[in-house]
Order: sequence, then C-alpha cells, then structure tokens
Amino acid sequence: MNTIKHHLTDALLIGYSAGTLPEAFNLVVATHISLCDECRSRMHSFDAVGGNVMLDAGTAEMSDGSFDAVLAMIANDNTPEAAEKPQKAAEGSVFPAPLQDYVGGDLSAVKWRRIGGGVSQAVLRTSPDATVRLLKIPGGVAVPDHGHRGVELTLVLQGAFKDETDSFHTGDIEVANEDMVHQPVAEEGMDCICLAATDAPLRFSRLLPRLAQGIMGI
Amino acid sequence: VNDDSKRAEWSEEIAAIRDHKDQRAFARLFEHFAPRLKSFLMKSGSTAEFAEECTQEVMATLWRKAHMFDGSKASVSTWIYTIARNRKIDMIRKQRRPEPEDLPWGPENEPDQDDVIVLAEETEQLGRALAALPEKQRKLIERAYFGELSHSEIAEETGLPLGTIKSRIRLALERLRHSMT
Ligand SMILES: [Zn+2]
Ligand SMILES: [Zn+2]
Repeated sequence: MNTIKHHLTDALLIGYSAGTLPEAFNLVVATHISLCDECRSRMHSFDAVGGNVMLDAGTAEMSDGSFDAVLAMIANDNTPEAAEKPQKAAEGSVFPAPLQDYVGGDLSAVKWRRIGGGVSQAVLRTSPDATVRLLKIPGGVAVPDHGHRGVELTLVLQGAFKDETDSFHTGDIEVANEDMVHQPVAEEGMDCICLAATDAPLRFSRLLPRLAQGIMGI
Repeated sequence: VNDDSKRAEWSEEIAAIRDHKDQRAFARLFEHFAPRLKSFLMKSGSTAEFAEECTQEVMATLWRKAHMFDGSKASVSTWIYTIARNRKIDMIRKQRRPEPEDLPWGPENEPDQDDVIVLAEETEQLGRALAALPEKQRKLIERAYFGELSHSEIAEETGLPLGTIKSRIRLALERLRHSMT
C-alpha cells in the first residue's frame, strides 16, 4: 500500500472530480484512491478546484420563494440519509469497499468465466459508455498483445504484471492510450488480479487473439 | 474574484446548523452559495429550471448532512460543490457514483481545528493560484469543470500547476493513519 509507483493522471482526477467520466472509470478511480493516500489528497485538491470554479461562475438569481421551499423540503423529510461513502473494507480484504459494492463481496464472491489461455474474467455492470472487468491471470501467463482505440485503465489488486513499459504491483494503475501496444505478462507467483476499464474495444495484434476477441468480449 | 475573506467563516455557519438548527446561519449560507451554485449549473449546460431544482436539493442536503461536514478535508465551498456534482450525476445520468473508502477518524473523533484552519487557508491560496493562471489555462480548467471537455481532451493538456494543497492534506492523512495503527 505504501509502495504504489503508478498513479492516476491529472486528467483522470479532473474528470472524476468534474463528474464527467463514465461510471466504469469512476469505479477504477475510486478503487485506486481507496488504496492510495497520494491520489486521495490530489482528489481533494481537484474537488477544491471545482469549488473555486463554482464560486467564480457568477450568480444567478434564485426563484421567488426558493428559500422557503428549501425549508419546507427540510421540514417534510425526517428520514436520516445513509452515509454516502463506503465504509472501510474488512481487514484482510483484497477488494476495497467501492469494488466490493459492485462485486457483491470480496475476491471469493467473483463469478469468473474462463476466456482462454488460463485467463478468466468477470464483467461488472455499469453504464454502457465504458466497460469494466476483473481479470485473473495466472503467474507467468500473458494477456494477448493489443492496441487501444480509446483509454484503458488497469489497476492491480493482487500479484503483479509487467509489460513493455514497466512492472505494476498491487495498487499500481496503468493508463494506456491510443498509441500504446503492449503485452502484459503476470509475474511468477500468485494469480494476478486486475480491475480493467476501457472506453472502446481493444485491438489484438495477432490473428488468433483477434478471432478470440469475439468470444472473449474484450 | 473570490470572496476569500469570508471563506473560513462558513464552517461556523455549518456548525451552527449542526448544533442549533440555526435558520439564520442557514439563510446566510443560502444567500451566498445558492445563486453561485445555480449559475455554475447553468454554465455547465443545465436549464434554469433544473439548476434551480438541483440547487434547492443541494441546500436541503447541506442542512441534513451538516453533522457530516469535515472542515479538515474540505472547505465549505468544496463540500457544496461535491454534493452538487453527485446530485447532478444522480439526476441526469441516473447513475450511482463509486466513492473511495472513507478514512475513519482517529482516536480524537473530531477534526483537528488547526487542520481546519490550514485547509481553509490552502483552499484560498488555491483560489488565488487559479485566478493568477494565464487566461487560456484558466478557461481550460473552467471548461473541464463545466463538463465541456472529455477525458481525452483534458489529457492532451498537461502540466497544470495545481500542487498547492496536496502536501498538507497528505500529511494530515498520514498522521491520521498512523494514529490508528
Ligand atoms: Zn495513486
Ligand atoms: Zn492494454
């Protein structure tokens, strides 16, 4: 947790703070921040930027009776709202709380589907403008090399992988864009578990994986 | 230009709402923030009607959640901004927004007053730093927060000098973490 080397980009944090990212990306960002104090403090900074932009956006007159309407709203609603922020995940969890919300539990609750080459995945349900899935890659196994039409975020939750750019350990996030073609390989040892989001389908480089693309739904 | 001199005081109005259900304090907050939030929402592409409705709901939430305000993590303006953003995502996109795990309080169970003051000062500094940015860069940031830029459009512009309040919040969080273990 204290050795995270690869962090969220400013662009992702601004998008998260502005509320303009797809839900799938929001999930990866919230999960990384749960593991990373540095990005948590950066998130607070970007929220503060949002507050400043709001304060500097001029004023628009509220409707007549607006304040009384709010008082009435308060008076009519006595139900205490549940806390918005997820509580901390139980000690020893692999998944931080926001991810557990989507999975319905920790690692043991994931319903894996094999997608070939020893790799398994579980697609999580989000809005359709981007997709997010869990990947389980046995140690030493490679994910087919591929390029990206859009942005791909890969957050390591257990184990580690390396590709042409660097190695990525628990808590690290790789942000891959259009120009990048890479072949992630899980490092020897325990299964590598990743949370991966894309806003466009991946493009596999070789013939065989390209055929597999239809089956895998990546 | 931001109303810097008043910003630190708003957390006292929040406390008055939390502790005494003080409607006059609430009226002062409303008068200051509601027209600004409404204008922000309209500049972010909302109709006047939607902006009015969303602003009213955010102000009601502020009353109800006054006990959850934490001045060592966010200034009042930041807090209102985040409530409004989440409410808007909920109303327009009908989506839930995944939020990071919250950090529980340390043994003291209350934010440290020194941290609250420092955070308010740093938020003001950030405001001044933003105001001092070259026009082109400032407009870019505004457009990002008005929702006019996609993630990839923001990604093309790098090197935004927004480091101002990072370090202090990080230190506070580290101390909090250590005090719990
Ligand atoms: Zn980070
Ligand atoms: Zn990739």
